[in-house]
Amino acid sequence: MTAHLPAIMVVLPLFAALLASLVRRGWAAWAIAFAVSLAMPVIAFTMLIQVLSSGPISYAMGGWAPPIGIEYRIDMLSVFMLLLVSVPAAVMMPFARLSVMSEIDDDKQAWFYSMYLLCLAGLLGIASTGDAFNAFVFLEISSLSSYAMIAMGRDRRALLAAYQYLIMGTIGATFYVIAVGLLYVQTGTLNMVDMAGRLGDIAATRPLFAAIAFLTVGVSLKFALFPLHVWLPNAYAYAPSFTTAFLASTATKTAVYLILRYFYFVFGIGLVFQVQPISDILLILSLAAMFAASTVAVFQDNIKRMLAYSSVAQIGYITLGIGIASMTGLTGGIVHLFNHALIKGALFVAVGAIVYRTGNGRIENFAGIGRRMPLTMAGFVAAGLAIIGVPGTAGFISKWYLALAALEKGWWWVVLALVASSLISVVYIGRVVEAAYFREPTAENAKVGEAPPSMLIPLWLLVAATIYFGIDTSLTVDIAGRAAEALLAGGR
Amino acid sequence: MRFDLISRVGAKLFLPFILLFGLYVQFHGDFGPGGGFQAGVIAAAMIILYAIIFGLPAAQRVVPPLVVEIMIPLGVMIYAGTGIAALLKGGNYLNYSTLGHDQVHAQELGILLVELGVLITVAGTMIAIFYAFAGRGR
Repeated sequence: MTAHLPAIMVVLPLFAALLASLVRRGWAAWAIAFAVSLAMPVIAFTMLIQVLSSGPISYAMGGWAPPIGIEYRIDMLSVFMLLLVSVPAAVMMPFARLSVMSEIDDDKQAWFYSMYLLCLAGLLGIASTGDAFNAFVFLEISSLSSYAMIAMGRDRRALLAAYQYLIMGTIGATFYVIAVGLLYVQTGTLNMVDMAGRLGDIAATRPLFAAIAFLTVGVSLKFALFPLHVWLPNAYAYAPSFTTAFLASTATKTAVYLILRYFYFVFGIGLVFQVQPISDILLILSLAAMFAASTVAVFQDNIKRMLAYSSVAQIGYITLGIGIASMTGLTGGIVHLFNHALIKGALFVAVGAIVYRTGNGRIENFAGIGRRMPLTMAGFVAAGLAIIGVPGTAGFISKWYLALAALEKGWWWVVLALVASSLISVVYIGRVVEAAYFREPTAENAKVGEAPPSMLIPLWLLVAATIYFGIDTSLTVDIAGRAAEALLAGGR
Repeated sequence: MRFDLISRVGAKLFLPFILLFGLYVQFHGDFGPGGGFQAGVIAAAMIILYAIIFGLPAAQRVVPPLVVEIMIPLGVMIYAGTGIAALLKGGNYLNYSTLGHDQVHAQELGILLVELGVLITVAGTMIAIFYAFAGRGR
């Protein structure tokens, strides 16, 4: 059965999504979602071991041999992404139960878990598939289900936020399909490995450049690269807490994966970074994201919104690594994908727990929470330190690699920018800390108790992972390094 | 609803033939244009026509919203289940060849089941969308 793991990885959450919608009971749907979410990291780890021992796994869907049939191709980067998506999802599921119960109507809870599982299937599918069009299908499965998950927020503004995301996301997906169409016309194949091979034979002409442009803009919309990020803050702010935590740690990351896959694997570094000025564009936009989004985050009153802007800034660090396009830079970028998934997951789970107790995520509502919910708030502070990049946390590791990569290129001003934007994050995390620890609890907050264990355990697992991967980097940096090495070697 | 005798009688005449045509498109999908998606839309169009002429409550007595909500995941489940059946029979996911004794037979059975799933889900989704719009403000 292990030969079929690539298919099972995607089919299991898909089938579970259907079951969850058929059982129609919130608790039963949650149980299904929890069981499947726990199984996913196990499958991903099994495949990691297979990939480490015997190289990439190729799986022919329906028995049709690639490149004609749809190929699922699990290589180092894919398996890294599978872990990145499945591990936070599994850890966060216990948190989902109470949070969803308090934020979503009883009759919609089963549908919510169904959407979550569909989204999970889509995200895992993007990471698994080796087929350009199949990746589009999964991109849309995950996006459509996340629109629904966002729209289920209690706040009516969630509907508008979901609609905004729907429009922007659909434009992104359309651009992606246009790019795939252009590539298909030129190469006659949809299989990424095959496409990479055939692109070497065709002249670098305008249609190919158009494909690169459409793909870059389309996928950048999906992962909210700086000027294309406007959908993200509202979507994260008004979505149910679990949706925000899940999407913030996984969804944007898989879109980044797609761009990595195309830039390094399909197009090749020469075409993207030497013929086309994408390196410079990414560099400028990354720096803009790091400063502009961090600065905006400082002035937010809603903490979910603040963290959403912080996510836009953190995406900037990741794209910085992609733009530098050296071994160290790419390793830093890929490690930051994983570390940011853990850190943002922890922060949003902590905020979700506080929202569960106090009712909303406005900063004045956090007054005195440090005394009322010490464990939750301590988790928030620990993850906050990681976002800042304090040594001993995972956030430091990725920023360290990015700084090293910039120094290798002699770009000392990029290092300064990295440090400066980290200092801005001290301000916005500091605002929350100030409210939570140094203000007197308001009348309502004085009655609030510590978050329930089902929320504290996921939070502290994520925080512990953040600290662990800040001290022992052998697992994360090693896998990311191998993935970066494979990417730089390219498809040819 | 007093002056619509012609549309009522006309619709009653049409309804069975719409469904029949839907089934033709479904089962002739292997040999000609058609398949589950088109057939699902045609079958749903029958219910929608019925709802337009005889009113939403009448249509919801024929196909209750609960049935529609079950149809949507059920069809996908038949599709995915066909894939899993192939998996359990030792082939790759959705490899129909494992489903029967000989290749041709197995492929035919596989595509038939998958298209049936598509029919159910598409019809269910179309009706659900119609119910959602028609039921607004009630």
